[in-house]
Amino acid sequence: MSNTVSTGWVIALTPPQWRGWLLTNTPHSRWQARAGRAYLGWAAFARSPLSMLGLAILVALVGMAIFAPLITVYSPVVSGDTVADRFLPPGGDHWLGTDAHAWDIWSRIVYGSRTSLLIIFMVAIIAAPVGVAIGTTAGYLGGWVDTALMRLTDAFLALPKLVLALAFAAALGAGMENLILAIAITSWPPYARIARAETLTVRNTDYIAAAQMSGASSFRILLGHIMPMCMPSLIVRVTLDMAGIILTAAGLGFLGLGVPLPQPEWGSMVADGRNDILNQWWVCTYPGIAIFIVSLGFNLVGDGLRDVLDPREQ
Amino acid sequence: MIPGWLRSLGKVLVSIAITMFGLLLVTFVISRMLPADPVLAIVSDHASEEVIAAARVKLGLNHPLPVQFLIYIWQVMQGDLGISLRTNNPILTDLAHVFPATLELATWGIVIGVLLGVPLGVLGAVRKDSWIDNVIRFIGLVGYSMPIFWLGIMGLLIFYAKLDWLPGPGRLDFGYEDMVTPITGIMTIDTLLNNDTEMFWNAVSHLILPAALLGYYSLAYISRMTRSLMLSQLRQEYVLTARVKGVPERRIIWKHAMGNIMVPLLTVIALSYGNLLEGSVLTETVFTWRGIGLYITDSIFGQDLPAVMGGTIVVGFVYILINTLTDVLYRFLDPRAR
Amino acid sequence: MTDKPILDVEKLNIRFNTPTGINHVVRDVSFTLGREKLAIVGESGSGKSQTARAILGLTPGMVSAQKLEFNGRSLLGLSNAEWREIRGRRITMVMQDPKYSLNPVMRIGDQLMEAAARTNARSALKSRAMEMLEAVKIRDPERVFRAWPHELSGGMGQRVMIAMMLVTEPELLIADEPTSALDVTVRLQVLAILDDLVKTRNMGLVFISHDLNLVSTFCDRVLVMYAGQIMEELDAKHLQDAKHPYTRGLLACTPSLDHPVEVLPTLQRDPSWMAPVSR
Repeated sequence: MSNTVSTGWVIALTPPQWRGWLLTNTPHSRWQARAGRAYLGWAAFARSPLSMLGLAILVALVGMAIFAPLITVYSPVVSGDTVADRFLPPGGDHWLGTDAHAWDIWSRIVYGSRTSLLIIFMVAIIAAPVGVAIGTTAGYLGGWVDTALMRLTDAFLALPKLVLALAFAAALGAGMENLILAIAITSWPPYARIARAETLTVRNTDYIAAAQMSGASSFRILLGHIMPMCMPSLIVRVTLDMAGIILTAAGLGFLGLGVPLPQPEWGSMVADGRNDILNQWWVCTYPGIAIFIVSLGFNLVGDGLRDVLDPREQ
Repeated sequence: MIPGWLRSLGKVLVSIAITMFGLLLVTFVISRMLPADPVLAIVSDHASEEVIAAARVKLGLNHPLPVQFLIYIWQVMQGDLGISLRTNNPILTDLAHVFPATLELATWGIVIGVLLGVPLGVLGAVRKDSWIDNVIRFIGLVGYSMPIFWLGIMGLLIFYAKLDWLPGPGRLDFGYEDMVTPITGIMTIDTLLNNDTEMFWNAVSHLILPAALLGYYSLAYISRMTRSLMLSQLRQEYVLTARVKGVPERRIIWKHAMGNIMVPLLTVIALSYGNLLEGSVLTETVFTWRGIGLYITDSIFGQDLPAVMGGTIVVGFVYILINTLTDVLYRFLDPRAR
Repeated sequence: MTDKPILDVEKLNIRFNTPTGINHVVRDVSFTLGREKLAIVGESGSGKSQTARAILGLTPGMVSAQKLEFNGRSLLGLSNAEWREIRGRRITMVMQDPKYSLNPVMRIGDQLMEAAARTNARSALKSRAMEMLEAVKIRDPERVFRAWPHELSGGMGQRVMIAMMLVTEPELLIADEPTSALDVTVRLQVLAILDDLVKTRNMGLVFISHDLNLVSTFCDRVLVMYAGQIMEELDAKHLQDAKHPYTRGLLACTPSLDHPVEVLPTLQRDPSWMAPVSR
């Protein structure tokens, strides 16, 4: 971990007794050492206003998803009077207006955050472990296993992600699970690459040799020693990828391959509003802004994490 | 002995072949194994018994799966991507018809992206952490956080619907596209070949918004990568040597450092070009631009899975080709790799 | 020496702004240089490299000095244009590792000609470059001229560097650890070439190194730096008579074939050495 410089508002605001305990050069337990490192990492991250902005966005996103019922008045899927309440402009009771089906747009955006979070989370949960498993195995075992697995990875990396996800989703049909699967299938290769690179650096170290000599099985070594080493680079990459995943999911939603109506999903909301854009611009505009802000948030946080965990520039 | 260049060529072809194999494996799985009944993927809903039976034989469903796969590869290599359920044309013919439109748009996009993105990236690197640098980084950040389809819609809304500065969707004004005899498929060239200058300017005006959109998108990525590459070069010892020699800073940047980032930058540009081609499924839909992207999305809406797969194969092939060629160029241009 | 010294440095200070405060890396350094070979010796972090860079105006730190003169002309507060007049023409520098200090995507000949262009007409560039390649004893100058940097060995690369930095006939050459990245056998060759060229051109040489024994045989005078200050200044011939404990400590640390010892001594640092040296 770089940036062991002890400055910044986080460090300034920490009560002195805690600061001493966290920054000590002689930690008494593994827990203390880890806490200290995490603390310094957080202090470094928090020094960048842009990173904090990104974090604020993500916190707002999660907050929106959790407290959805508390911050919305209308239901996102049950409409009011379909004739009178269609296409109400923003302002008044409906903060962001209503759409063609008389659904409240603000509600749909808020509840749409749940959809987005779910998609991102599931894709990460599927793609990252698969990628890490393949990458670490390839790096650790070497030989023909390495070559075969890396050929597989490179083949997948060489394929166009969006178009393939599109093809998958088109063949599987619309729906959330298919969408998640389609994106996950094309997302794992970079993680395999990263995991393999990290494994190769660590593979020949003394402590791995010690673990091998003490009789630990390959599986145990992989799981307990090697995979944790991949964590920093992986976390950075996953966070940055999430920005792209949001965009891909929205794009697929825009093309009608996401979650079907009436469930709120920002991409399909943009598609929905596209036909009536000339006079009812708000239906299309607000969901797009939401997509942009969330993607921006992930990019900012990802950049901030990279500066802290994996700095090659500064 | 096989000459060196021939051997390299052979390696390149093998690499393309292997990746295409992977691509076809994936598309085979998608088109044959995923739908419940593969036949229904290629015949329309109300086909008769005979048609279904014939399709079954044609698909080779009576053969074991690996054999089916080999037949599939054989067909694709011959250019037989099947018949479109919507247009009833051979899919390859349809694709060849619309592909130039996608190329035209993507190429303009990348040209804008490079002409603006590289200098901006260099400027940001040279004036690191200044306000100019921050503005450039911000523009880039916004660019690749933006959902491109939404930005296109907003662009049309503002510049076409509200301000009337630019024409609307389509490659030419509505209805005129059939009046131009396609020769190369590239509208700007075809209108000139047809001796129709009015149409030419019409085509150009229609290019502006979508090309600007794609240009901005690729500029965001290219400027960021250029900046990062340039920064890492400016830290190198040879730059210090050049400064000691009294070489003017401009020459240090554009001859010394640029020479060193040329190769990875080309990879970045190629990657971006591939992304633009891929992203055409979204931009062409927004602008009703009759290219491969729109063809694929129309096929999705029209439940024309064979056409979707055919389009995927072609886009995939071009994507793979671009990436492989950049690898070749990399090895060719870097004196250390020869 | 009746003519002006090539370099006249008086109370040179270099400071760096860091997040943890100001880092004072060079403190009140003073020395003069005539047409001789002066060595600046010290460990990593002693400030020797920064001193060298300050002479070329290439240190990122803040430079302040009572006097920093090159041939009577002050080097303080020069504009970029003025620096470009001096750099490459009147003062040049050879760096440690040609693997990194030569531009990997430019041919050797082009890099040489670029340096030569400062003082030669276009038509003469190639011949000047070839002349210099021969002067640094490169046996196949035509081939090296067309070569890429990665095709050269360390010794050849360093000789090319020397050629490149002497092609404009500067008055002062700074060599920042020029042989540290080379094999011991190649080291002596390169030093011999450097010695010869500096002598025939009647130049001044500032030789930076961490190797006290190396400079004792090669240079005329030696400056010993520690923690940004000059601890001692003496003639290379009289190195063994050094008085400062740091210098003596350094001398004692190097193993000798003639006087083997059981245990190699390690340097005992005295905090009083960090205190400002009064001169």
